[in-house]
Amino acid sequence: MTTTIAFLGEFGDAIQFIFQGQTTQEGTEVGGSQFLDLTWEHLKLTFAAMGVACAIAIPAGLWLGHIRRGSFLAISVSNVGRAVPSLALIALFVAYLGTGFTNVTLALVLLAIPPILTNTYVAVTQVEGDTVDAARGMGMTGAEIVRKVELPLALPLIFGGVRISAVNVIATATIAPLAGINTLGDPIINVSGYGDTGRLAAAMCVAALAIFTELALGAVQRAVTPAGLKLEPDTASRRMRLRFGREATT
Amino acid sequence: MLDLIAQLQIQDRSGGEADCVADNGFCPSWIVDNFDRYTDPLVQHVYLTVISLVIGFGISFGLALLAHRRRWFIGPITQITGVLYTLPSLAVFFLLLPITGRGNTTAIIALVSYSLLIIFRNIMAGLDNVPAETKDAGRGMGLTDRQLLWRVELPLALPEILAGLRIAATTTVGLATLAFFAGAGGLGEQIFADIIFKSNVVTAGGLAVLLAAALDAVILLVQRAVTPWTRARAA
Amino acid sequence: MKRNPLAAGLLALLLMLTASFTIAACGEDDDEGSSTGAATETTGESASAIESNPDNKKVKLTIGSKNFTEQKVLGEIYAQGLAAAGYTVDTQLNLGDEKIALKALETGEISAYPEYTGTALGSFFGVPSNEIPKDPQAAYEEAKADFAKKKITALPPTPFTSSNEVGLTKEKADELGVTKISDLEGKSQDLTLYGSPECRQREDCLLGLQRVYGLKFKKFVPVDIALRHEVLDKGQADLSIVFTTDPQIKRNGYVLLEDDQGMFPPYNSMLLVSDDTYQEAGLDLPEVVGKLQEGLNAAAIQELNARVDIDKKTPEQVAGEYLSESGLVQ
Repeated sequence: MTTTIAFLGEFGDAIQFIFQGQTTQEGTEVGGSQFLDLTWEHLKLTFAAMGVACAIAIPAGLWLGHIRRGSFLAISVSNVGRAVPSLALIALFVAYLGTGFTNVTLALVLLAIPPILTNTYVAVTQVEGDTVDAARGMGMTGAEIVRKVELPLALPLIFGGVRISAVNVIATATIAPLAGINTLGDPIINVSGYGDTGRLAAAMCVAALAIFTELALGAVQRAVTPAGLKLEPDTASRRMRLRFGREATT
Repeated sequence: MLDLIAQLQIQDRSGGEADCVADNGFCPSWIVDNFDRYTDPLVQHVYLTVISLVIGFGISFGLALLAHRRRWFIGPITQITGVLYTLPSLAVFFLLLPITGRGNTTAIIALVSYSLLIIFRNIMAGLDNVPAETKDAGRGMGLTDRQLLWRVELPLALPEILAGLRIAATTTVGLATLAFFAGAGGLGEQIFADIIFKSNVVTAGGLAVLLAAALDAVILLVQRAVTPWTRARAA
Repeated sequence: MKRNPLAAGLLALLLMLTASFTIAACGEDDDEGSSTGAATETTGESASAIESNPDNKKVKLTIGSKNFTEQKVLGEIYAQGLAAAGYTVDTQLNLGDEKIALKALETGEISAYPEYTGTALGSFFGVPSNEIPKDPQAAYEEAKADFAKKKITALPPTPFTSSNEVGLTKEKADELGVTKISDLEGKSQDLTLYGSPECRQREDCLLGLQRVYGLKFKKFVPVDIALRHEVLDKGQADLSIVFTTDPQIKRNGYVLLEDDQGMFPPYNSMLLVSDDTYQEAGLDLPEVVGKLQEGLNAAAIQELNARVDIDKKTPEQVAGEYLSESGLVQ
């Protein structure tokens, strides 16, 4: 019983740390509004990495899926990407390129590409051949088919990949302080000054940010699902499939 | 004055000569000579990964059996394991810290909770993909529900189950590199021991990737061995 | 004036004898292939060997350390030396920054760890850095008195002092035309300073530079201590906080700015032991620690740091080498 109250107390302290902050012995401010700065750095890094990753992976996946080639590449890139630990990737970039925003972003882009690429590819190949044939029969060019037929039908799964990627990037941006970028990982990796309370507070913020992103992008994913697809019966297994596509069954 | 016996030998290092190791470069010979530094972290890493996978598989399997019979469980279980999947492992280590302290336990709990969703949904997908005719045939032969499950549905679902286990294995190896933040050692600790020495980072990181690939291959081999009919079907 | 040929001959003979002795002693080369140039000797008394005392076996010591090379080496030296004296020793190195290490000591997680006099006075006892005594012994006495109130015994300090310093590359120093920290006035607002994370909260680091020298930097970037030289080499940092005992300074030719306003205090390393452990460990503890520290002058500690940072040996190996080369452990 006392341990329960004890750790509730620690979490309570952490929540207070987030909203009010503290003044350290030396007179510097930590917590409170300072966490907003950290969160903003965290988000900047995430947006930058996701932006570049989407710009590379979605067109590549769309193209490969449309021409129905390169399935080995598109699927393997996810298998390999999963096997590379995020810490090793960041450490490698720090060792070879040094610290700095660009270098960390590059590392995160590499991390973010696989789920988006694989999901885009799988999504496009899952569009039924009959539909594409019908479109071709109607006189659409290749590019038009991609834009008007394959892309809208593939959007839900693409967003599923974007969602997985975004959560991964947010999680990895927590170790960005190793490379000198002060994200919400700063109180976790560079504990000094923040104390155990600050560290717990940052962990809670990162967790909250990840869950928020997951829910927000999930809502977007539902919003971009074309009405036709929505007519399918909403069974639990369909929900699971939409969420993760075929990534599960490689 | 000059005491020549029993003193620390000082070397003159102001020459600044280019030397692979001294310049923090990638030095294969150094790696070969000092490889024994990596065996302990590697063993710890394997230990953490395997234990987490075994426990994760056990829990997911139980949940899947439950949800298979009582379908309404699927929603809540997916939600809860989904939340656990979304929480960044690093955050989970420190959220657990006040409760379970530093050490292997905290790391294993976090690694297990991450893998639950992946394994659970794959077991469910595998079971759901068993053709209805096969199940009917089984029932027609007089099999009880339980016999049907263990003799028909699970064997047919094995490819998907093992595929899920493969994914869980590779991601768990990757996450276990962060385990040293929870006080559990592993290859991540070795990376941190010298984060600017390229040879060190490449070796420790490379070992993690190799371990993931090895686990992936082992589970794939098990899958091929245990489900010979899938090979025939593909041929 | 005509030289005396006999004196010249005797002098030459003496020189030859000394030279051959020296060559014979330097004869054994490092097999790791990292030694450049001739080895030089330090002047120091050869320490007498540590003897194992079976009474010490029942005393359990856990030696901790902070999270950079010099600390890990010191921790290993104390651990291995005390183990040689018969104590049951365990290590918990790489704990974190000074606040984490002190907390571990106070909660009993570790029995002892090495701390620097300047760091202790500034970080733990809130003494403004320009009020810390410049004399190493006086600084130690003050720290010792303050620690006694915390029920911690501070053993006498090492000969070497390892100070924080503001470092930059030679090219940058020439470009800016600076030799002292005060020279940065008027220039610092365009410069980025890289330091350890705890530097942000320390009077003998960023806060001191801001308050004592009145410097405002364009940006302060906290990075892991291990990266303090990398950021200079890769051109990301204009200035970086380095330690005077870093072997990389000589190797890479960094310039250390002179602390003309005396902001940086002395940083001799002393072993902090909890009072209970000190009582329990008996007289062998201070005696062994004294023997271990005798040979640790600036050149020695820099050499040991170099063996870890440049030769890439483990702190454990290097501590073992120190003990055997100094004759402390046979």
